Amino acid sequence: MSFLELHDVSKTYGEGPSQVHALEHINLEVEAGSLVAVMGPSGSGKSTLLTIAGSLEDPSRGEVMIGGAALSRMSRDGKARLRRRSIGFVFQDFNLLPGLTAAENVSLPLELDGRRASKAHATAVQMLDELGLADRAGAFPDELSGGERQRVSIARAIVGERRLLLADEPSGALDSANGEAVMRMVLAACREGVAAVVVTHDAQLASWADRVMFIRDGRMVDQTNKPMGPDSLLAPATQ
Amino acid sequence: MSVKHALLALLSEGPKYGLQLRQEFEAGTGEVWPLNVGQVYTTLQRLERDGLIESDDDADDGPQKGFRITAEGGEELDQWLHTPPDLSQPPRDELVIKVLIALRVPGVDVGEVIQSHRRYLVELMQQWTRLKEDEANLDLSFALVVDAELFRLDSVVRWLDAADGRLKRAEFDKSIPGATRSQPAPGLPKMRRITGVPR
Repeated sequence: MSFLELHDVSKTYGEGPSQVHALEHINLEVEAGSLVAVMGPSGSGKSTLLTIAGSLEDPSRGEVMIGGAALSRMSRDGKARLRRRSIGFVFQDFNLLPGLTAAENVSLPLELDGRRASKAHATAVQMLDELGLADRAGAFPDELSGGERQRVSIARAIVGERRLLLADEPSGALDSANGEAVMRMVLAACREGVAAVVVTHDAQLASWADRVMFIRDGRMVDQTNKPMGPDSLLAPATQ
Repeated sequence: MSVKHALLALLSEGPKYGLQLRQEFEAGTGEVWPLNVGQVYTTLQRLERDGLIESDDDADDGPQKGFRITAEGGEELDQWLHTPPDLSQPPRDELVIKVLIALRVPGVDVGEVIQSHRRYLVELMQQWTRLKEDEANLDLSFALVVDAELFRLDSVVRWLDAADGRLKRAEFDKSIPGATRSQPAPGLPKMRRITGVPR
């Protein structure tokens, strides 16, 4: 069963001649444990798609379902609770709070959801440890490299019982080695059952996904077929 | 792919047998470029004839014959490693030609042509990326080969994206009456010579 579903979602801004159709008739299903990339150029609507999928913005038409629940029937508080408990966001510019350490940044969503500070902190440190960042737990964001900051922001996005990871150009500002490390973390989270959507213009990033959807001018125009096994790329041994 | 220089590189580590050279060649290139066994022995014969390697005089030709690199062989290898391959001429790229021809065929949606190629390339990239998913068992040489292929395919996708954007801007220019179409900069090379596309 799909954890995230977008049914015939459209989004328009403005009215009359200045009206802009940011998204038109978008259908998207993302199963638990699956990584879907939405690939398109700047201005194609991919970031709008992500904010609507994450309940930060309402669609003009259509329905978004998360974990089987329709967002249109949820109160504002209900959506906020859903975001705290089930959805993690990752952005290109990390969005870590500068006055908090790496561990405090990761534990913050747990504390906002009512966990005791000491327990939330222990969970955050354990999460950083699993991601190879144990020795950076006490560092502030400006003491971390770009790659470390993004890995902390992914830890923050998947800590607790998060089931949906939404990432907007997560490796956009990183070099290729750090970009690969970030995508390995996203993929590892998916293999643990998280449903993830990554929006990007970058084909190398998108190629980590199980499925790549192509968006142009607010419309899904195409998607990749299920990839053949990688063995098909290797030439048969010559005798 | 220079089999000659790959064999010299393997022999620069120390003397080896023919069979061993073939096995190490395949391991070193991640089995992406498997080598015909006949190729190994003909290349070894040529290298010996040119004085770049030496063999055991008393052994028979075959898998158990031993070889070692000479000083001249070492110099040849070093020179080859430091000489950049000739990339000055653009290759005759079939994909570029297809997109250029699609522009001229009435009724063809060039955007759709571009997208069908983009999808195929991304599907290929997904396959290559899967090959490096298991990081713990990723051989360094093989990882470099996979990266090279991913960057090559990525560059083609980027060109398609750029072409898509350029075509949209050209379409937009045409849709505005009286708009001046952007003129090509003076002094750009004539593409006809490079791609062979009829004009």
